[in-house]
Amino acid sequence: MSNIFKKVFLFYYEGFKSMTVGKKLWLIIVIKLFFMFAILKIFFFPDFLKTKFKSDIERGNYVIEQITSPIINN
Amino acid sequence: MEHFNLALVDWSRAQFALTALYHWIFVPITLGTSFIIAIMETIYVKTGDEMWKRITKFWMTLFGINFAIGVATGIILEFEFGTNWSNYSWFVGDIFGAPLAIEGIMAFFMESTFIAIMFFGWNKVSKSFHLTSSWLVAIGSNLSALWILVANAWMQDPVGMHFNPDTARNEMVDFWQILFSPTAVNKFLHVITSAYSYSALFVIGISAWYLLKKRDVTFFKRSMVVAATFGLITSIFMVLTGDESARQVYRVQPMKFAAMEGLYYGETNAPLVAIGIFNHSPNPSNPKAQEWAAKIEIPNLLSYMAALDPHAFVPGIHDLVHGNKEQGIVSYYDRIARGKTAIQALADYKAAKKANNTDKANANLAIFKDNYKDFGYGYYDDPHDLIPNVPLTFYSFHTMVGLGTLFVLIFILTLIYVVKNKISNKKWLLYLALWSIPLGFLAQEAGWMVAEFGRQPWVVQDYMPTLTAVSNIDHTSVIITVLLFTITFTVLLIAEIKIMLKQITGFKDGGH
Repeated sequence: MSNIFKKVFLFYYEGFKSMTVGKKLWLIIVIKLFFMFAILKIFFFPDFLKTKFKSDIERGNYVIEQITSPIINN
Repeated sequence: MEHFNLALVDWSRAQFALTALYHWIFVPITLGTSFIIAIMETIYVKTGDEMWKRITKFWMTLFGINFAIGVATGIILEFEFGTNWSNYSWFVGDIFGAPLAIEGIMAFFMESTFIAIMFFGWNKVSKSFHLTSSWLVAIGSNLSALWILVANAWMQDPVGMHFNPDTARNEMVDFWQILFSPTAVNKFLHVITSAYSYSALFVIGISAWYLLKKRDVTFFKRSMVVAATFGLITSIFMVLTGDESARQVYRVQPMKFAAMEGLYYGETNAPLVAIGIFNHSPNPSNPKAQEWAAKIEIPNLLSYMAALDPHAFVPGIHDLVHGNKEQGIVSYYDRIARGKTAIQALADYKAAKKANNTDKANANLAIFKDNYKDFGYGYYDDPHDLIPNVPLTFYSFHTMVGLGTLFVLIFILTLIYVVKNKISNKKWLLYLALWSIPLGFLAQEAGWMVAEFGRQPWVVQDYMPTLTAVSNIDHTSVIITVLLFTITFTVLLIAEIKIMLKQITGFKDGGH
């Protein structure tokens, strides 16, 4: 069993090691993922309903209020 | 309407459009080149000719660059759903959640696993296993696209769901109806076949550059044969599915269909405007009607295209707004009144439930159900606000169709001349093929604009307009992210183009 894991590990290890243009691409991918999850998601894209309300009932009531309020305001 | 922050709606739309536009630079090339590569590798495995292996590897590298720069950019769209479009995300949650979850799992397991074998597995796994992996990457990436497009099709043609007035969510009642709705099937087939054509142009265009430079001629002629054959076959399906898609639009989104053709007054024996230019100064006696400065029409073709009957009636914008009793078309004025009744009934239902007044709640629920199909119209007072931007939709549609026709011609001519071994002498065709790469992208974006601008003001057809879909957030943060995305996406795009160009221009086939 451990032999299979070793083979898989070596497959990826040697693959990554022998990359040429791929190294630059992986650097771009890592920077991009860092930017997306460590900056964008945390500082600019919180889940609006999840952060504002505790339960699905509260969320549902809020959305109904939102989508029916123009008529009520009239 | 004054309840909604229109600046927030516009900035949120700009943000989403920018992200989707950037994401879509890479996706179509990935969808199509993955199949082209798999075909090239199949020829290598069948013939044992080493040049085919090198050809496969060359295009695989370009595929890898495109994949790496484009990968995960779609995740930003999901961030935006949760932050900027929370009303929408909640409203459609159950319908959207399932396809997107399947897409995520499928993309991760199929693409990520087999892409590693595709790139690292040469000489480490058997030829047939490597080939299988290449095909699975192609199939996996295309199946990922299926789920996204099914979700998008549902927004254009909402079927197989039930709205729960207690939770404010649409709940899935028939998964298969959503998956196999004619809109979903045609949308998927049309989008992927157009992506295949674009990928074929990408391969033909780069190959044309090599032929113009007289470098590695045999290598790139072979690439051209595969790409032109693939492009020609898939573009035929692109035309057929496009034709069927238009019929679905006529059926479920008649306003979009009228805007695509700039048809203000409906008619029987409706002609198709093959080429048209709108008058920029509208007629003062009827400023809502779009006037033509010039147009070339094909008699009866629009009626035939819409209903497979050259004499069929095709409703225009005026018929939809004001109604047409003779044709059984209910006016937008009536639909607005019914929509307002539905919205009020929903609010009253919730209030009655809260007050434990069961009779009143049931009475309002019945009113709501009777009028729900026009729910979204109730947010408007002026029916003209329900008309999309007609010139933008018309020009986008005709740009897409015109370029699509040009691409079919390019595939035919390329295939003929490359098979006859005369392609190197046809410099005009080689230059045309090279320039068709940006034109292919333009056609892709034009098609997307027809689908997305043409359906405005709806985010979910007839049920939810875009203005009610947004979250009640400060629009300053949306402006900041739009600027951030503009900078980041531009830098990434420059990086891709630089790496790609270096890879293309620096290539020299090592084999003999």
